[in-house]
Amino acid sequence: MKKTILIVDDDMDYLFQMKLKVQQFGFEVITAEGQKEAEHIIDTVRPDLAILDLMMESDDSGFILAYRIKRKYPDVPIIIATGVTAETGMTFNINADDNKQWIKADLYLDKGIRADQLQREIHKLLKI
Amino acid sequence: MSNYKILVVDDEIGIRMGTRRILQNFKVDYPFMDEHIEFEVLEAGTGEEALEIIDSQMPDIILLDNKLPGIQGIEVLEYVKRKMLDIVVVMITSYASLELAVKATRDGAYDFIPKPFTPQELRGSIENITKQLFLKRMTQKMNKEGKQIRFQFLSVLSHELKAPLNAIEGYLKIMQERQFGEALVSYDQMIDRSLERITGMRSLIMDLLDLTKIESGNPVQNLEKVDVVKIARTSIDTMRPYAIQKDVDIHLNAREEAWISADSKELEIIFNNLISNAVKYNKQGGRVDVFVRKDSDFLTLKVSDSGIGLSEDDKANLFQDFFRVKSLKTRNITGSGLGLSIIKKIVEMYHGDISVESTPDQGSTFTVQLPVDGEINP
Repeated sequence: MKKTILIVDDDMDYLFQMKLKVQQFGFEVITAEGQKEAEHIIDTVRPDLAILDLMMESDDSGFILAYRIKRKYPDVPIIIATGVTAETGMTFNINADDNKQWIKADLYLDKGIRADQLQREIHKLLKI
Repeated sequence: MSNYKILVVDDEIGIRMGTRRILQNFKVDYPFMDEHIEFEVLEAGTGEEALEIIDSQMPDIILLDNKLPGIQGIEVLEYVKRKMLDIVVVMITSYASLELAVKATRDGAYDFIPKPFTPQELRGSIENITKQLFLKRMTQKMNKEGKQIRFQFLSVLSHELKAPLNAIEGYLKIMQERQFGEALVSYDQMIDRSLERITGMRSLIMDLLDLTKIESGNPVQNLEKVDVVKIARTSIDTMRPYAIQKDVDIHLNAREEAWISADSKELEIIFNNLISNAVKYNKQGGRVDVFVRKDSDFLTLKVSDSGIGLSEDDKANLFQDFFRVKSLKTRNITGSGLGLSIIKKIVEMYHGDISVESTPDQGSTFTVQLPVDGEINP
């Protein structure tokens, strides 16, 4: 059976393009345009992996959503896709222990990532 | 009143006592300072003692003799330099050889006072140093605050500019790879979306230009008697085609004329932004009411709409740079998120006020009040 990936982003164009890419990798895709909509979805659906934008309704929507997903489905890998690092020089070191406590993402990716790299990272997290 | 600490490092007790006496009731005033600065004198008889006091009490100014019993003054100076402390060091010495002077200057000594000195010489020197130090610290503080705001603005701006470029680039790549086949019609929606993003980006750039004008320091350039009702009419006419497209009616409620002295371009920016928002965030078949009223003290502009309204959270952030109301209802509405922050900046320049009342799903009313004969910020 196809694995299901949840993609959440408030930029409808980015969401469409991302969905297209991930479908081409051979996955089932569910999309949401924001934190609230995504929270409704995870009430009833357990995705196999989630790709979240960081800044949506608020600056840290991605973090909050990641936290909620991990609380409900601790084993679902989460990727946070963000343009923040490249644009502001702001860095989050997800591997530092004190960050791991509250940032519940497994991987950070720059939004400009190439399709083949994205596919490789998804496969790695899903252990395929 | 603020206090600067002056550390006198000299093995001659007479110099230390003298300095204390001379600076005891000495104050420095400066036109830019709200208050005067007074001095507290600390004393050290040796270089070693000086280092201890530097670490424990962090003086602002050091008066430093070079010839000391233990470590030399120049070593104290090197210590201050190495630790990059924010201290002004002045050498007081009777043996100022050229060699020492060069070395001390290279290590950051600010000035030399020859020994012996008169009370007047010491006070004059301290006064200059105090002013210099005060200005330096003030500048640093302002730079820091200014830079932070600027950094925030630029990082959001780069995000806002990059997002549409990424979207358009993504669509072009899909087309380039013919992912939906050879027929152009399959890509119609992507072309529409790309054009939409370009429109959004253009309006962002136009708003940025308005913002630059306001922030360039000389905003109110063409102060003249203007008829606000006429400006409102022009603005409504400009927005009319867009309103027709959205099936929204615009009504003007005003007397014949309302004259105030203002820059007509800036009033246009206010009307254009408020009316275009009122149309943009309206419902099919909705209406927009524009009121202009002049009383003895204030000119009041009101723009009401029958649109989607605002939540309490949205209201709180509404006037911030780049803030946009995000919901399913606004997903297809483009905007830079700068319009209202621009209006607010203009209104503040006129010492006016802007406020908003709103009920979700019923509409919003923006009220701008400008003093009729008020002064305008340069």
